[in-house]
Amino acid sequence: MSDTLLHTPLEAAHIELGAKMVPFGGWYMPVQYTSILDEHAAVRNNCGVFDISHMGQVVIEGEQAEFWLNKMLANNVAVLPAGGGQYSFLLNENGGVIDDLIIYRESATKFFAVINASRIKEDMAQLSTHLPTDVVLTNESDLWAGLAVQGPQASAVFAHIFPNVTLPPRNGILRFMEQGQELVVCRTGYTGEDGFEFFSPAEHGGTWMHTFIKHGAKPCGLGARDSLRLEMGYPLNGNDLSEELTPLEAGLGFFVDLNKGDFIGRDVLARQKTDGITRKLVGLQYNEKGAPPRAHYTVETPSGEVIGELSSGVHSPSLQTGIGMAYVPIAYSKLGTDLCIDVRGRKFSAKVVKKPFYKTANKGA
Amino acid sequence: MNIPSDLRYNSSHEWVRLEGDIITVGITDHAQAELTDVVFVELPAVGRKVDHGDPTAVVESVKAASDIYAPLSGEITEANPEVEADPALVNTDPYGKGWIFKMRLNDAASVSQLMDAAAYAAMIH
Repeated sequence: MSDTLLHTPLEAAHIELGAKMVPFGGWYMPVQYTSILDEHAAVRNNCGVFDISHMGQVVIEGEQAEFWLNKMLANNVAVLPAGGGQYSFLLNENGGVIDDLIIYRESATKFFAVINASRIKEDMAQLSTHLPTDVVLTNESDLWAGLAVQGPQASAVFAHIFPNVTLPPRNGILRFMEQGQELVVCRTGYTGEDGFEFFSPAEHGGTWMHTFIKHGAKPCGLGARDSLRLEMGYPLNGNDLSEELTPLEAGLGFFVDLNKGDFIGRDVLARQKTDGITRKLVGLQYNEKGAPPRAHYTVETPSGEVIGELSSGVHSPSLQTGIGMAYVPIAYSKLGTDLCIDVRGRKFSAKVVKKPFYKTANKGA
Repeated sequence: MNIPSDLRYNSSHEWVRLEGDIITVGITDHAQAELTDVVFVELPAVGRKVDHGDPTAVVESVKAASDIYAPLSGEITEANPEVEADPALVNTDPYGKGWIFKMRLNDAASVSQLMDAAAYAAMIH
């Protein structure tokens, strides 16, 4: 099994830093260095750095790139100024989510997409199938090392290291040269805090990780990454999103533009918009102290009727209670609805709550 | 790694302290370091009869739930309410305030089946 795992260019750095390494989505990744709770707190209160080299990067170029991307993606890239980015979806014909991603416009004719590690193959297959001859699609995933630097001090850390470079505004992208390297910085993240994703040539990733640590970022693993994103109610592809579920069912209709013209999956979404959806992804929070909720635990009504299962769940370090998300029939999706989560036969009372579960102080840039 | 010499050890990383025919059970320093950040402990009911190897308590970290096994056979006599209220005690004081349950052994001599500190140290190294 281990010989089929993929390895990021930062693996030597993780091992040197004492990380516990685990298989994740086909990659050998650090789950934590010292403590998930400490790493979580570092990002909420100060600054943390995560290896995101497993994520994919795709460049789309050509006079027709914008027109074509608007056929392929659910959000509207035409509204993006040069240097701007947006959350979007690559959908199948049924409106199901092949991938959720961030697409950046670097110029009138050049786009940069950051995609999920576990979906690189599927994304490339879908994009290649529909690729017109006048658009160039390049999978650059192996060329880049990626680091997510997150937390209220992230922009100060960046300013210390790059005193002559101004971070782009929220969701923005900047490509710049430093020490003879081409670098990309995107003002985004997966934690709800201010911060940025930083991409360097793969062979320099370990050095950059040490540089961020030297300037105050704490190394953080996938454990804290999961608790941080779930406190924000951000979906994890493969858990909370799948090819059988649409962005409207996931409650992410804000990132779908049904008025921009046709795109793959639009018919199904338009019909759902008209007819209404039958199930919806909701946030659940324990009403009582209980065992940490985890993915696949059964969700029931208070009278014991099984209505779904958790797609994600975690003990929230910030809220000190169990939180999770589940697809439930629309009748049970209203805020304030009381439900139960079954943990090894014990039922813990939980309530449908508004996302994000946790409000950060991040006002953006 | 702290492995007190006056305790006995199970291969699934529980420690045992014998007093009369009652044992106190917790998880080792090595186990708590591997689990990290205990955020929930599910205790056994007092009076429950357990056999050696039965899943008896559950210790949960942020990332995983781990069964704690009965190291020997007997009956649960006490469960530690302090670790239920403050699960981090399992991390900060695994051999003291972080104990999990006590049980009366069917056979006090059965303790000799468990490893001594040297054998446990050899197992985890």
